[in-house]
Amino acid sequence: MSALPAPAEHETAPASQFLRRLPTNPGLALAALFLAVIAIATVSPALLATADPIAADPLQAQLPPSWEHWFGTDHLGRDVFSRVVHGARYSILIGVGAVALAATAGSFLGLVAGLSRGLIDEIITRLLDVVSAFPDLLLALVLISFTGPGTTNLIFALGVAFIPRFARVVRAQTFVIARSGYVEQARTFGLSRTVLVLRHVLPHAVAQVPILATIGLGTAIIGAAGLSFLGMGPQPPAPEWGAMLAEARNYLRVAWWIGVWPGLAITLTVIAISVLGRRWQTAFEGRRSE
Amino acid sequence: MDSQNTSAISSAPTFFASHRLRRNGLAAQIAGRIGSGMLVLWAAVTLSFVSLQLAPGDIVSLLIGEQLRTPEVEAAIRAEWGLDEPLLSQYLSYLTRILHGDFGRSYILQTEVSQLVLSQILPTLKLTTAALFVAIIFGLVSAVLTAGRRIPRGIAGALELTLVSTPSFWLGILLLYLFSFTLKLFPVSGDRSFSALVLPALALGLPLGAVVGQVLRQGLERALEEPFALTVRSWGTSGLVLRLRHGLRHAALPAVTLTGWLVGSLLSGAVITESVFGRPGLGRVTVEAVLGHDLPVVLAVAILSAFVYVTLSTLVDVLYLWLDPRLRSDSPEAAR
Amino acid sequence: MMPLVDIRDLTIAFPRGSQENRVVHGINLTIHEGETVALVGESGSGKSVTARALIGLSGAVVGASRFDIVGDGVLGFRERDWRRLRGSKIGFVLQDALVSLDPLRKVSQQLADAFGHPGYFVRRDVREESRALLHSVGIPDPERRLPQYPHQLSGGLRQRALIATAIARRPSLLIADEPTTALDATVQKQILDLFAERKQAGHTLLLISHDLAVVARLADRVLVMKQGKIVEEGPTKQILSEPAHPYTRRLLDAVPSASSRGFRLSPATQTEDNAPSLHATVVCQRLPLPPKRIDAAQRVLSASGLVKRYGGGFAVNNVSFELAAGEALGIVGESGSGKTTVAKIVLGLIEPDSGTVLVDGQPWSHRSEAKRRARRASMQLIAQDALSSFDPRYTVEKIVGESLDTVGVFGRDRRRRVIEVLDAVRLGATFLDRYPRELSGGQRQRVAIARAFAPRPKLLIADEPVSALDVSVQAQVLDLLAELQAASGTALLFISHDLGVIHHLTDRVLVMKDGRVVETGAVETVFASPTHSYTRALLDAVPALP
Repeated sequence: MSALPAPAEHETAPASQFLRRLPTNPGLALAALFLAVIAIATVSPALLATADPIAADPLQAQLPPSWEHWFGTDHLGRDVFSRVVHGARYSILIGVGAVALAATAGSFLGLVAGLSRGLIDEIITRLLDVVSAFPDLLLALVLISFTGPGTTNLIFALGVAFIPRFARVVRAQTFVIARSGYVEQARTFGLSRTVLVLRHVLPHAVAQVPILATIGLGTAIIGAAGLSFLGMGPQPPAPEWGAMLAEARNYLRVAWWIGVWPGLAITLTVIAISVLGRRWQTAFEGRRSE
Repeated sequence: MDSQNTSAISSAPTFFASHRLRRNGLAAQIAGRIGSGMLVLWAAVTLSFVSLQLAPGDIVSLLIGEQLRTPEVEAAIRAEWGLDEPLLSQYLSYLTRILHGDFGRSYILQTEVSQLVLSQILPTLKLTTAALFVAIIFGLVSAVLTAGRRIPRGIAGALELTLVSTPSFWLGILLLYLFSFTLKLFPVSGDRSFSALVLPALALGLPLGAVVGQVLRQGLERALEEPFALTVRSWGTSGLVLRLRHGLRHAALPAVTLTGWLVGSLLSGAVITESVFGRPGLGRVTVEAVLGHDLPVVLAVAILSAFVYVTLSTLVDVLYLWLDPRLRSDSPEAAR
Repeated sequence: MMPLVDIRDLTIAFPRGSQENRVVHGINLTIHEGETVALVGESGSGKSVTARALIGLSGAVVGASRFDIVGDGVLGFRERDWRRLRGSKIGFVLQDALVSLDPLRKVSQQLADAFGHPGYFVRRDVREESRALLHSVGIPDPERRLPQYPHQLSGGLRQRALIATAIARRPSLLIADEPTTALDATVQKQILDLFAERKQAGHTLLLISHDLAVVARLADRVLVMKQGKIVEEGPTKQILSEPAHPYTRRLLDAVPSASSRGFRLSPATQTEDNAPSLHATVVCQRLPLPPKRIDAAQRVLSASGLVKRYGGGFAVNNVSFELAAGEALGIVGESGSGKTTVAKIVLGLIEPDSGTVLVDGQPWSHRSEAKRRARRASMQLIAQDALSSFDPRYTVEKIVGESLDTVGVFGRDRRRRVIEVLDAVRLGATFLDRYPRELSGGQRQRVAIARAFAPRPKLLIADEPVSALDVSVQAQVLDLLAELQAASGTALLFISHDLGVIHHLTDRVLVMKDGRVVETGAVETVFASPTHSYTRALLDAVPALP
């Protein structure tokens, strides 16, 4: 209670606070480092892998990992390492795109529902109930069956499927904050509703969204890879990780390496994102609770 | 405070917010749950009807998919969907047909959709049930044995993080390579024997079990911090008994809110897992239908899974009332 | 005869990284059979962790040169040994049974657990014993209570059930850690009566409390703890009437009551919450508070016939009162009496179903918020939980300054006014850039007070502003509030469950029960000669220092 003043940790600039703590935590630093590599692979993959990810070379087919081909070659003789590096672009693009869509639309819906209450809230909530009654990936599949496969369509499908989880959190948060002590106190100062919402409700209601988005990014990447595995995403010969695994499934008996590296890339990326996201979340919750 | 944002995937709170469970008597609460579930289902069916109307292109070509469009087929579709009638009666007849379990005809596969779905339901049910079993056992064991213990907790946490981050289809590929191709312990594909179920169930169940484990452990640890845990220990109760008899039930409360997510993930995951292991089932049917633009089949599977989802969520909501007596509003305090 | 508990040089430390954080520094504790001993201290004194160490559940590193409990040397005890001792030799009661009993298990099941015969279905003989046990702790109709869950019992019955589980196996010693803290005064009295009965029957009790008045009636011996040390120890009567240690003296002085009316509760020189005054001079003289200026002619607030319905019943039922400039009106009542709802109606946060509120003679209730907005600066709120009334992203400067928004004070003027009121609450400009979480409980309440006074309001509404504070911090906050109110001539509507605080601070009082005003009048008249039976029961229930 009144024992000791809490250590100086502010509500402001949580991200910078969090970045400053990186060097003291080896797991966190490793995760950040790995994501930095993924970022380079996304922006300019040629820096990391010089071999052509698309061009086939039947003479070089199914070579095990060697000095020349670090991750071996696939059934068409393409360098797996190069394909994995170039594949980062697809996973990150689809994941970030879908989450950005879901977070934006979800935050908006959640805010509108949480602030309006009454009929509008009821309609939005019910709509979210209905959308989330369809399992995520199945909903995405339904959407794709209308739009057809492809990168953009996949982003759209996944993004829509992820809207409810953002909308729900923002709505709940808006509700809690609109009833909080400091909003009630601010009402007694005679501030107008608009000022109240902009000054005290909005910043807190969406404070968690970037964290949820980070954590959701991992889920989105796995979902995207899964749908691509089924052939719904980027079409061959694009080196998308999920699609690569679908091909590898057929050559597993003779060339295990084709089936290992893309999966490892997905898993490590998602682990790294989760480690960062969760650390951020813990810091955020620690700051908020007493 | 806000939702159970306990882990990556479970951040979406339960399908029905449990605070709505208060008020009224027990029977009325249960009736309310069921009514609300039916409303959602009705809306889901309506949504699928609306999406057909709003989708670009005319309905005939949507339904016919990549099949050749002949006047005979077109006439059959027009008759089946009543396309010459007004929209409202189209909608009502669509509702009526679905109420009777008639999902129309797949013009690509030249078969009744309901029959197709029914014939494929059993293998999927086997897979999802087995995976659910794997998930719950894994989660329970991992949570009860490691909650509140520093080092085991760290190890289990790292394992769970890895499992949660692993796509189930890759886990499936690794398991296949290891146990089928290399050790030759389990069959590579198919649904002939029980042993063919083991690897798919593990691939689908373990990543989900990791989430269940995280949520259970967190709930358990929170319960063990509550003042009542101190009271119980002051009676001379042992730590394990406290966990099992008191803690687990508290931990089950947040875990139960995972059900909606769990059902959804099992159904979604089944689609992919069936593909990896070459198992028959609804998932395979769905994937082929999506790729072949066979909309009647896709919509039927979607509505069916919404039905399963809503039914199970409703059941679990009722279970929640049994688990947490504080929500049963027949008490004097709550009535106050 | 051998004492039940004999502890020498007890130290308790929590490991923190490679270091340790010592919370108890070498205390001695002896409890003889049949004795009632009280361990009294404010938060952070180490009293609770000491109690927990006695049943091996402190969760910390415990050291002692001697640690005997009921004839056993427990120093080398392992978890298994402790378990044999818990429940059978020592019973343990915590505060608030709503959370201290498992909310998901029935009373009968928890009693069976405590008896050591657990299970979903309770054995017949255990059930029999449970019934007798509930009866013995004064629960009428035990048969009806056994199949119920804790939340279905009233606060008093619940606490009795908790005590029943603790004494199920007839332990030689019962430890009660703040057993009545969360309870209403009348319920608290019942529970203390139950302990008194057990004491009469010759049972041994260790009572842990922050409240000297609570232990005054029961304890044979009192140990006063402060920051992990026992500063004073002796027979209760002696400690209360002639405390030797300045800290004990200060604790006693800090208790607001009839006798403290018009005087300061805290030593005047002290400004910081936790200023260690172990070596300060013993101040025995109470210093007077500045005189108030009540202008009876100027009516700041008048409420008439306020009604607010909730569900089927009334939250507020026909409540009327008036408040003059400079006057302090107290509203006292137990939980659920409707006192907070009255405050919210006055603040215009809830509209009454019927009845009117006039502020400064002008209509206030049933007006549009847009019309009220400009007048809001004349009315300020001090909430119970200061921390949650602050936007966590704001600094103290922005928090205090926000109340000046509607009076149009901005820029340099605003900063000057903020510093002025921070000085007035003895925090000063150094606090401008602090965030709420960096402040102690007392400092937060001071910021809340500064914020309330900043726009020079005519009316201040304080809803339980000190109920979450330790008694010595409470004393400082109350003194501050009284001083500022007298100096500014602001009217004060003060809501509290604590009759002592009301008696100390306010001029007139409204006693509320179930949404109604049962009695009203000048504080001294009402409290000296109450006419309503409920007021009498309330006054009777207040544990008083002799």
